[in-house]
Amino acid sequence: MCGAKRMSPLERFLDTFLNPRVIGKYWPDILDGLIVTLELAIAVVVTGILVGLALACLRAVGIRAANIAIVCFADILRSLPPLVLILLIYFGFPNIGIVLSGPMVVYVVLSLVLAAFAEEIFWAGITSVDKGQWEAARSTGLGFAQTLGYVVLPQAVRLTLPPLANRAIAITKMTALGTVIGVPEILYQATTAQSFSGNASPLTLGALAYLALFLPFVVLARWLETRFAWRKA
Amino acid sequence: MKRPMLEIAGLFKAFGENAILNGINLKVPTGELVFVIGPSGSGKSTMLRCCNRLEEPTSGAILIEGTDICGLGVDINAMRRKVGMVFQSFNLYPHLNVRSNVSLALRKVLKLPRAEADERSMAALDLVGLAQRADFFPSQISGGQQQRVAIARALALEPKVMLFDEPTSALDPELVGSVLAVMRDLKASGMTMLVVSHEMGFAREAADRVIFMDGGVIVEEGAPEAVFGAPKHERTQAFLSRVRG
Repeated sequence: MCGAKRMSPLERFLDTFLNPRVIGKYWPDILDGLIVTLELAIAVVVTGILVGLALACLRAVGIRAANIAIVCFADILRSLPPLVLILLIYFGFPNIGIVLSGPMVVYVVLSLVLAAFAEEIFWAGITSVDKGQWEAARSTGLGFAQTLGYVVLPQAVRLTLPPLANRAIAITKMTALGTVIGVPEILYQATTAQSFSGNASPLTLGALAYLALFLPFVVLARWLETRFAWRKA
Repeated sequence: MKRPMLEIAGLFKAFGENAILNGINLKVPTGELVFVIGPSGSGKSTMLRCCNRLEEPTSGAILIEGTDICGLGVDINAMRRKVGMVFQSFNLYPHLNVRSNVSLALRKVLKLPRAEADERSMAALDLVGLAQRADFFPSQISGGQQQRVAIARALALEPKVMLFDEPTSALDPELVGSVLAVMRDLKASGMTMLVVSHEMGFAREAADRVIFMDGGVIVEEGAPEAVFGAPKHERTQAFLSRVRG
């Protein structure tokens, strides 16, 4: 192959990871994937945090049976690798008559996993609020729900925002697991394009897409940590 | 004697096997200040906390203006509005400013519009001399001021009875006076008060009656000069001599 051009190491690197021709051809696919990932991420964060908050509030009511159920839910969902759940539901549930689309499976599984972690984080926040706050509020005639909503949660949430933001980022990134069940998110689009082109540049694009999506949230989480270094009374 | 504003009848309280209150009977007539002393663990705080059901009595009755607050079908949140409580550790809401600390229950329990709630809050803060601190947060004012805000928070609801659970015990000595001054004003205005405290000087001057508790019962009660000056019971004598060092 005397006609083959000898590339320098730098040229080889650029050709492999930043090939303009491949990038020009496949960037719209990656953009499609970015939109799917973004939609999934927003849905997962909103659902997971709201469900987690609701469970933590329910746990504060102190119904024994409900609390056992919540603790079991949180412990099981925090123990299982999300990929296992995704595969189990995507491939197993159709056999019992429940067919969910790939994106729906990823949404359900990641929302539940985030809900489990969020519940534990909110619960830790609620229990860290001094018992005297409950007593003071109740002694003025505020009911349980009012005390929780106006006195306890505002203090608890301040404490929980930084760990919650970190956990939400960690779990939302797992939308990449959708690639194994054909969800057309960033990683799926990137690996598909990589197979077709025989070039790694789409993966580079994918990485950049993840950075564009998550770096702002990571910066936000860092800001929250300093912003809510809460001065105690 | 007038019908008592607050009556404790046959009050028993146990935490599991551990009996804390062993039959308390006490009547506090309208406008009277009853001062409760006793050694640590004697049950005085628990008795106070039963009076607005922060602790549930094991048995017995707590009557406010003749109504048993432990009765079936009693709206406990409505009853609690009649009973103001001031805590040793103030328990102000750290995320709300002073005005909102006072107005929260006015807005959410009495359902007053914000403007009216704010107006009433400012009036209550004025009573404790802290209207000019309305926009401060609890962390920005002294312990004595925090406790006065806590008193205003309770007063704003116009309670019939005020309970004080060691209101000055967490304060630096130089800040105690301002809180006691507010309590003195409150007594002068005719408020019915039940006070658990170690401020014997305040008791001598402001209390109508002093109660000495030990082992979950009232051991001795009487006018301040009688209980402090010539305690009849041996346990009262022992306690007072320990307190006075």
